[in-house]
Amino acid sequence: MALQEKLTKTAALTGNEAAAQAMRQIHPDVVAAYPITPQTEIVQLYSTFVNDGIVHTEYVAVESEHSALSATIGAAAAGARSMTATSSNGLAYMWEMLYIAAGLRLPIVMPVVNRALSGPINIHCDHSDTMGARDAGWIQIYSENAQEMYDNLIQAVRIAENPDIMLPVMVTMDGFIISHGMENVELLPDRAVEEFIGEYRYPYALLDIENPRTIGPLTLQDFYFEHKRAQADAVVKAKTVILKVGEEYGQLTDRSYELIESYRMEDAEYALVVLGSTAGTAKYVIDELRQDGEKYGLVKIRVCRPFPAVRLGEVLSRVTAVGVMDRADSFSGEGGPIFAEVRAALYGVSHRPHCINYIYGLGGRDIGPDLIRSAALDIKSLKDGSESDSLVRYLGVRE
Amino acid sequence: MTESSQTKNLLKDHVIIDKAIEPNAGWRDLPIGAVIPKGGTSRQFTTGDWRTIRPVWSPEKCIHCHRCWLYCPDMCWVSEDKKIQGVDLTNCKGCGICANVCPTKVHAIEMHPEDTKTEHTAGED
Ligand code: SF4
Ligand code: SF4
Repeated sequence: MALQEKLTKTAALTGNEAAAQAMRQIHPDVVAAYPITPQTEIVQLYSTFVNDGIVHTEYVAVESEHSALSATIGAAAAGARSMTATSSNGLAYMWEMLYIAAGLRLPIVMPVVNRALSGPINIHCDHSDTMGARDAGWIQIYSENAQEMYDNLIQAVRIAENPDIMLPVMVTMDGFIISHGMENVELLPDRAVEEFIGEYRYPYALLDIENPRTIGPLTLQDFYFEHKRAQADAVVKAKTVILKVGEEYGQLTDRSYELIESYRMEDAEYALVVLGSTAGTAKYVIDELRQDGEKYGLVKIRVCRPFPAVRLGEVLSRVTAVGVMDRADSFSGEGGPIFAEVRAALYGVSHRPHCINYIYGLGGRDIGPDLIRSAALDIKSLKDGSESDSLVRYLGVRE
Repeated sequence: MTESSQTKNLLKDHVIIDKAIEPNAGWRDLPIGAVIPKGGTSRQFTTGDWRTIRPVWSPEKCIHCHRCWLYCPDMCWVSEDKKIQGVDLTNCKGCGICANVCPTKVHAIEMHPEDTKTEHTAGED
């Protein structure tokens, strides 16, 4: 394959525009969508592509997000490459269908623009929407910037449609911060994307009238458990596929991707763990601290489902203290969702670092270098037993 | 994804097609997503398992109007030479439709609790 051709072009795009461009190049057969801030622009742009004849996609304007994902599921089961997009309460409204898409093993790719869940009502970024959906059986990939959003969406098609995986994938970016911020984004030629993702062939397509089949039958005590076991296996296998696709994408673009990104972790004594756009600001803070001679590093979780527990254990077992930053609370009284999982990942390592949680940025509360720096310096003061004072710390909230 | 791996996957599905409905198939052998990859499999689903009441037929009262035969949603009533022979309970779920449609004056079908001994059935489940 002529995947080596690098006739890329750079364009100034918002995250939403970058996502819409990725969708245009993926060129799904069906897009069913309902607008919700801050995702609206993605499907609005896509509907323009349809109207202008740039893409030959069946665009279904539905009356709700529940219907958006239902129609997408139906189209995917029929044998069409199908996509939708959403945010926040829209994702919440899809809840029932999220589990169905995963349970039926339909390789749907869905951009999700992270936005706080109501109430009180809020349109700005936090991760409460997708974090709540982390056990729905979807693969979850978080993006640091518009370029990653574009890259992750293209890779997601390959991951979802891999015959060993066949799972839906949500690719997220932070609402407004990425979705409405403009950056330089390097776009692949249309043809390179087309070759990279290949032709879509769902093995059980309902429109294959030669081979009648049932999708979504009733399974009770007799079969349900086996199907869930197989689904769990696909998630585990997805780790290898995600790495393989990330590497291949790197050969095409010089931007390869892994489950996590380690930043200046080689000799780090202290580490922050973050997701999404905060990673960009945190890298800047790490650089500053390094200039001051402080040995700090950063781990960015790119893939949250499957959860990269082993990789996290490997990189974090070498440090003295870890600060896990969550842009969502789990309301368990024990911190945010990422904290719980990172801490669990550290349980099995021989040298277990101190580990505390910073919940930050809820409802779009700004997270600047100063706040990240204060968290970084805070973990340096951790000593044996001192975490228990306050394991969960709220960063940037008014007392 | 490559063409060959797709084809291989399709072949694999083809081979295991019958496992979708094989009661003891392990999770590795089942088609993904609980897909039933062929048609007509409802024949293998014996709805008679659910029954708590069963139709009991009185051949001496029967006028062979065939209403039970026509209305039974599971085609349980057996007919030969235009005469009802009895009911095959393998798929009879005990809905009582047959007893309901049997002409009132004839009353050749009664629904009895499952623990009652029954006669005059063409087949036992
Ligand atoms: S009870 Fe229902 S299923 Fe059974 S024979 Fe009568 S009509 Fe058919
Ligand atoms: S409906 Fe009653 S009378 Fe008519 S064939 Fe059936 S059992 Fe006989």
